[in-house]
Amino acid sequence: MSSRAWRRLTYGLPLAFFGLFFLYPLASIVERGLRGAGDSPLDVLSNPLTREVVWFTVWQAGASTLLTFVVAFPAAYVLGRYRFRGRELVSALTVVPFVLPTVVVALAFLALLPAGMERGWLPILVAHAFFNVAVVVRIVGTYWASLDRRMAEAAATLGASPLARFREVTLPLLAPALAAAAAIVFLFSFTSFGVVLILGGPRYATIEAEVYNQAVRLFDLRAAAVLSLVQLLCVLVVVWVTTRLEGRLVFLAPLRPEIDTLRRVRSTRDTLVVASGLGVLLVFLGVPLAVLVERSLVVGGGHGFDAYRQLGHGTSVLLTEPWHAIVNSLVYATASTAIAVVVGGLAAVSVAGGSGRTQVAETSARPLGTRLLDGLVLLPLGVSAVMLGLGFLIAFDTAPLDFRASPWIVPVAQSLVAIPFVVRIVAPTLRSVDPRQREAAALLGAPPGRVRREVDLPIVSRGLGVAAAFAFAISLGEFGATVFLARPDRPTLPVAIYRFLGRPGETNLAEAYALAVVLMVVTMLSVLLVERVRPNRAGWF
Amino acid sequence: MPVLAAAVVVVAAATAAGCGGGGKPGEVVLVTHDSFAISPAVKRAFEEETGLKLRILQAGDAGEVVTRALLTAGNPEGDVLFGVDNNLLARALSGDAFEPYESPELGAVDQALVLDEKHRVTPIDRGDVCLNVDKVWFSKHGLASPTSLDQLTLPAYRKLLVVENPATSTPGLAFMLATIATYGSGWKDYWSKLRANGVLIVDGWEDAYLNRFSGAAGSSGDRPIVVSYASSPPAEVLGRKPEPTEAPTGVVEESCFRQVEFAGVLRGAENPDGARKLVDFMLSRRFQEDIPLEMYVFPAREDAALPPAFERFAVVPDHPLELPPAEIDANRERWVDQWTDTVVR
Repeated sequence: MSSRAWRRLTYGLPLAFFGLFFLYPLASIVERGLRGAGDSPLDVLSNPLTREVVWFTVWQAGASTLLTFVVAFPAAYVLGRYRFRGRELVSALTVVPFVLPTVVVALAFLALLPAGMERGWLPILVAHAFFNVAVVVRIVGTYWASLDRRMAEAAATLGASPLARFREVTLPLLAPALAAAAAIVFLFSFTSFGVVLILGGPRYATIEAEVYNQAVRLFDLRAAAVLSLVQLLCVLVVVWVTTRLEGRLVFLAPLRPEIDTLRRVRSTRDTLVVASGLGVLLVFLGVPLAVLVERSLVVGGGHGFDAYRQLGHGTSVLLTEPWHAIVNSLVYATASTAIAVVVGGLAAVSVAGGSGRTQVAETSARPLGTRLLDGLVLLPLGVSAVMLGLGFLIAFDTAPLDFRASPWIVPVAQSLVAIPFVVRIVAPTLRSVDPRQREAAALLGAPPGRVRREVDLPIVSRGLGVAAAFAFAISLGEFGATVFLARPDRPTLPVAIYRFLGRPGETNLAEAYALAVVLMVVTMLSVLLVERVRPNRAGWF
Repeated sequence: MPVLAAAVVVVAAATAAGCGGGGKPGEVVLVTHDSFAISPAVKRAFEEETGLKLRILQAGDAGEVVTRALLTAGNPEGDVLFGVDNNLLARALSGDAFEPYESPELGAVDQALVLDEKHRVTPIDRGDVCLNVDKVWFSKHGLASPTSLDQLTLPAYRKLLVVENPATSTPGLAFMLATIATYGSGWKDYWSKLRANGVLIVDGWEDAYLNRFSGAAGSSGDRPIVVSYASSPPAEVLGRKPEPTEAPTGVVEESCFRQVEFAGVLRGAENPDGARKLVDFMLSRRFQEDIPLEMYVFPAREDAALPPAFERFAVVPDHPLELPPAEIDANRERWVDQWTDTVVR
């Protein structure tokens, strides 16, 4: 494929995908809402309640992002700097909270938090940090692990103190990853819905919760549309700021395979650093998870494995045996990861400026499609899932776009949430590829395709592995769109958990917790596995 | 590759892979809420009787299901909708989403449940929302279980009640309506007193019942009074191993608010014939007798036999509180706002 055709493909396909499966349904429902009856848009906007909701949404998202970084940063440092036994396991463990259904986590938190403290804004922030730790640990930790240490070493030789080295060398190099992680955590907290409803109590509502309330409880589609536009506007500002920041923060930092950069735990000091960095994280993540495991083992007055044995028996709650949910989850997740890696990977190439071009020329000369894509790709994280779901319903209801009941619409919807991760993880890595390497390869006679395959791909592969693992985890844990679209005789794990929770009685409750534990295990195993299948794991140059 | 070509490829691939929406011939699609359940044997019985395959599409809670049905009126996602309740009825009927159908089985149904005389929707079950009390807790603390709404404002019952937020929960909304049906214009004063007496508000039924209510199996909650269903006591018995001989929880009959669930044939259904057959089946004794153990509500049909646990432990209130659906629909938003102002702010 020629360079030109390749470049068009890198933004053409993702743009078409987002246009069809994101912009079109969203525009359909907003248009329907604004056209319909209901409060006038101005009334909604001038309502003091709206302002209150917007303000709460913004500050809790900012505070949640901060708290997430406080908890996750030490662990990101440890995983980005040290090699030790169980490193991959710890890294995979952080993803587990990320996939758990909010109801289950909220129930665990309610059981843990001391009386009087279990509702309000504080538990909301703690729960957001719990869910999002993985984003920071893995995006920042992975990027950190591939930073070339020689710059910091040079600074040390020149007499820079550890603090100065961190501030002047490491932090600027890490900046793109920090910005990417912060943007994602902020958007996730910004659109948080279940956590806010359950742990916040009736006083607190995010814009997303209010959109749901208006659309589904009060049937005021117009107010819902106006609110979702307000939300979209806020998100656009965030996206614009972070993409600008990220663009400015790129330094030419040659990335290295982590095998060269990680150091073994040798001294007592190293052991202390690793233990304290991970200890905080493991307690923070481990305790709520342990509560879930304990609850899955409750039988009558004592403990046992009854709930797990029940997983093989058919039940009317699911119309199938519960273990089928594991298979369904894995099938959907595989499909949606494939979509996310292809579409997101191409978009990342486009966003990063294409291959074979130098860093400086890139920013000014990027085609319009590429620039559009850069902002567009983050939007699914920040847009109202409720409205998008309703949009799918009315946008895809007539031939040739009659997809409502098609089974593949589930992985497509899931991949919309996964693609931003792929782009935001892969693009910074790609940007950091030294153009001189590509030029050298071209000079030695390698055609563009070969340059991409043999220069870019190996360097990106680590990021791509992490991104694919994220995509897989997102799809395993995705609930909102899946419960909307998946057929009831093919439930995924989160859907099955939710159905068991909705039925009264101790046995159903234990079954729900048992499935949550299964989801935890499946997530850890698949994350470990997905990261292993990335191409050319080590050893190049 | 130009953008347009890429789009065409995506759409073509999508169309080729998908089988399109709606039903296939020989299939009838039931759109319903997440709490719907049917035992596999009963589902099979319908399929064998009619030769139609029954596909079930669960689409969120009752509010979401109605929202979706109104959005897709005339070009529905399925053939029959089940799960509209009397609180949502006026709203659901406002959008011209249903095709009238009077089932021949309707004669066997408690006529008090037939709320739409045009038969656009047909009553299938009733599941009254009532205060539940933890009988064990009350006998342990030497306190009488409450029997009326008034008692809940007394100091003896301080900090004992947990209710769901009517803005986010269906039973929460029903309980608010119960207080409006009881106290008329004085309902807000009643809630001020409840607030002063330490009522706990939570978001949904799961949190209220499974976590906060002391009477639910495995719960560490400390509130012995909760808003739940008339059928929750038998569910407590059936959910425990070994089954207790007496229900550990009971119902405050005076607090019960009527909840009726309806099914209706969707206008524009691909298989209207099959849709009518499905409504008939849902009113048959076979399906009606399957309802209590699957959905923990009571059959609409008067001659349907109840399972033993329901016969022994369930309370079917004779005169539950009611409000006309049109009045509920006209005032729902205002009432919920007023409730929020009174109880939360």
